[in-house]
Amino acid sequence: MEFFTFHDFMTYTKGITYLVMGAILIFMPLYWLYLTDRDD
Amino acid sequence: MAISRRKFLGCITAALGTTTGAGALAHAASNKDFTGYPDSFGVLHDSTKCIGCRKCEQACNEVNSLAKPGKPFDDLTVLDQKRRTGEASYTIVNKFGNPPVFAKTQCNHCQEPACASACFVKALKKDPSGAVTYDESLCVGCRYCMVACPFNIPAYTYNDPLTPKVTKCTMCLPRIKEGKLPGCVEICPREALIFGKRDKLVTLAWEKIDRNPDHYFKHLYGEHEMGGTSWLYLSQVPFTKIGMREDLGVTSAPKLTSGALGAVPIIVGLWPVLLTGVYAISKRKEKIAEEEQESAVQNAKDLASQEMKDQLLKLSKKMTKEKETAIANGVKKALVEVEEAAKKAEQAAADAAEDATNPETTSDDSEKEEE
Amino acid sequence: MVAQDQPMEKSSILTPFNVITSIILFVGVILMFLRFTRGIGAVTNLDNNNPWGLWIGFDLLCGVALAAGGYVTSSACYVFGLKRFHSAVRPAILTAFLGYALVVFALNFDVGRPWKLPYPIFVSQGTSSLLFEVGLCVFLYLTVLFVEATPAAFEWLGFKKLRTWVVRLTLVLTIFGVVLSTLHQSSLGALFMIVPSKLHPLWYSGYLHVYFFISSIFAGMSMVIFEGSMAHRWLHDKMDATHLAQSDGVVLGFGKAASFMMMGYVGIKIIGIAVDNNWHYLSTGWGAWFLLELIGFVLFPAILYGMGAREKNLTFIRIASLWTVLGIILNRLNISVIAFNWQLPSDLRYVPSFMEVGTTIFIITLGVVVYKFIVTRMPILYEHPDYKEEH
Ligand code: SF4
Ligand code: SF4
Ligand code: SF4
Repeated sequence: MEFFTFHDFMTYTKGITYLVMGAILIFMPLYWLYLTDRDD
Repeated sequence: MAISRRKFLGCITAALGTTTGAGALAHAASNKDFTGYPDSFGVLHDSTKCIGCRKCEQACNEVNSLAKPGKPFDDLTVLDQKRRTGEASYTIVNKFGNPPVFAKTQCNHCQEPACASACFVKALKKDPSGAVTYDESLCVGCRYCMVACPFNIPAYTYNDPLTPKVTKCTMCLPRIKEGKLPGCVEICPREALIFGKRDKLVTLAWEKIDRNPDHYFKHLYGEHEMGGTSWLYLSQVPFTKIGMREDLGVTSAPKLTSGALGAVPIIVGLWPVLLTGVYAISKRKEKIAEEEQESAVQNAKDLASQEMKDQLLKLSKKMTKEKETAIANGVKKALVEVEEAAKKAEQAAADAAEDATNPETTSDDSEKEEE
Repeated sequence: MVAQDQPMEKSSILTPFNVITSIILFVGVILMFLRFTRGIGAVTNLDNNNPWGLWIGFDLLCGVALAAGGYVTSSACYVFGLKRFHSAVRPAILTAFLGYALVVFALNFDVGRPWKLPYPIFVSQGTSSLLFEVGLCVFLYLTVLFVEATPAAFEWLGFKKLRTWVVRLTLVLTIFGVVLSTLHQSSLGALFMIVPSKLHPLWYSGYLHVYFFISSIFAGMSMVIFEGSMAHRWLHDKMDATHLAQSDGVVLGFGKAASFMMMGYVGIKIIGIAVDNNWHYLSTGWGAWFLLELIGFVLFPAILYGMGAREKNLTFIRIASLWTVLGIILNRLNISVIAFNWQLPSDLRYVPSFMEVGTTIFIITLGVVVYKFIVTRMPILYEHPDYKEEH
């Protein structure tokens, strides 16, 4: 897909990045649980 | 419509690309240059031709059906005061200096609009036609667009309690779509306003400057200001003299904020890792401190009971020695001493337990107790 | 607690506090009515050149900065393992929650169509805007703070199971809180990165987001200290032994930390001047004003904090905390109102109207009243007897 303005490009890429951020925020705690729940 | 569908499909391919890690967006690297919509429209304002007749103001008022002003449009005394765009005047002509020079102001329809970049609901958009459009139905009324606009263009209907909105020149997009000229351009009696493709207007403007270098100040305002604007200006005098800022720079609004915006996802990516790391370390320290404490308490207890045993042993020896003479005294004394020793032990244990709430001092204390 | 409560409440209906607050609240309701029947223009001095005034500059920017105590205290306690701050966490979380709730409440006055405030999140996401970032984070963080604040309410109401559930989430919530706070505290500064032509160069910087984040940390600490001393004065009877025993440690610890942080902040502010080569502005009137802010309201309180921490002088630290809070307010107002539009001729500059100031006072008062209502009822400044020694 093609962008003609930097503004459009930012809107689009940041939109995707926000989704990625959400995924990270959910995934990281779960992964931490996976790493540690056999401790003790 | 076609564009939004294309965008939508693009979103999906890109999303697939991101999830599969294929990097389908490689061509959209961040150092790519964006040159604006090709074939977008613009208007060239040759202020050297403007006579300050306010006809454009009137036409704009009519085509946009705005509220009629107190003073009629042919009253030129209005020009004596410097004005700005407002809710009932999307365009303004101002008079500068003596002999007077006139300059028309309206939304410049930036190539990289600060207002659109600032709007958090996409109520403002750069249309492929070149116009920066406003959608009232989305607008929350935060007025960040007004803060952001370097030209101080958008106005707000502050006195409307329930449906206030942002107002600004529309570049007459509805008229352009009908194949008509913008109202102000159409009416201008002096051809001080020329409508056309922006690329062509840039060439035309420079031709004008080159052909008549004494007549024009050698700068095409809007070619690069804040990343360029669709509305372009020619002048005889430096632009600061006709109320236009020449210190805006060429960096577009989205470029100004992209650094800070780019920091956001990195913080989301790294903070949880770092903070959890810090947490794990402090937890580990706590655990070690706890273990140390426990052993300290144990030591103290052992020590105390050892003392008690020793004393009992001594006592029993003593007692056999002095059996006859001081049997009654000895028993009494022993009882007291045992009691004291028990108290001591208790005290030591209690101290150790108290230290548990105060981990920093624990190690010192346990050392003392070991001594 | 309950037994103490009743007589105090009854005798206190006509106290000066109650009289003054009810007058303020009454006036506030009238102003609210005017705002929503006559429009923003009728109550404010905002105009097309000055779209943001006191309601954004103070209610939003200062409100958020001063509510930073929540994430600072809870991360100190739960992430960095400084358990001696434990008794300070609850009051800090509560004030942060109230602070953010009031910020959102105040926004309803300022924006044109407040019922559309959910639009940026749910309807049309303007992801290129820093205000979108701020809005999203404030929304999420308000939710996090709400959840973090519920255990006190659950203890008060006796919902044991729910409480245990939420307490188990403490660490995750704390880390989310820090992430979200880092983001929106810094983005509030970055809001102004789009206006190099309107904000005075001494305040405009490519580091604005860093400045806002760092200053929010010591703003939060100072606010915790300041509130603590207020609470000691007025709500002493609501505190338990642990709270009282720990509070001096909290004051000293935060005082020392804030002092160091503020010195670092002075350093990065000077770096900002050097990077943009703005030295020559320092000799202008704006420069004097800038130096007043940086030296008079950051460096000096930092030194006073430092002396207080060394001498274990709590009074010094308490004074420094108020001083720092004022400095933060000055900084945020400078950026959003005073040094903003500095090039406009003075007759076009913005000065808040009495009604704007009145509304702001109304909102602050509302916060104080709700805070008082909660701490006199819920286990905030003391531990609930049923849940002692649990953590
Ligand atoms: S001149 Fe202002 S309102 Fe018009 S497009 Fe540019 S930034 Fe937006
Ligand atoms: S006032 Fe409306 S158009 Fe302007 S930034 Fe806010 S939501 Fe967007
Ligand atoms: S383009 Fe249309 S809206 Fe804009 S100033 Fe001209 S007449 Fe007014």
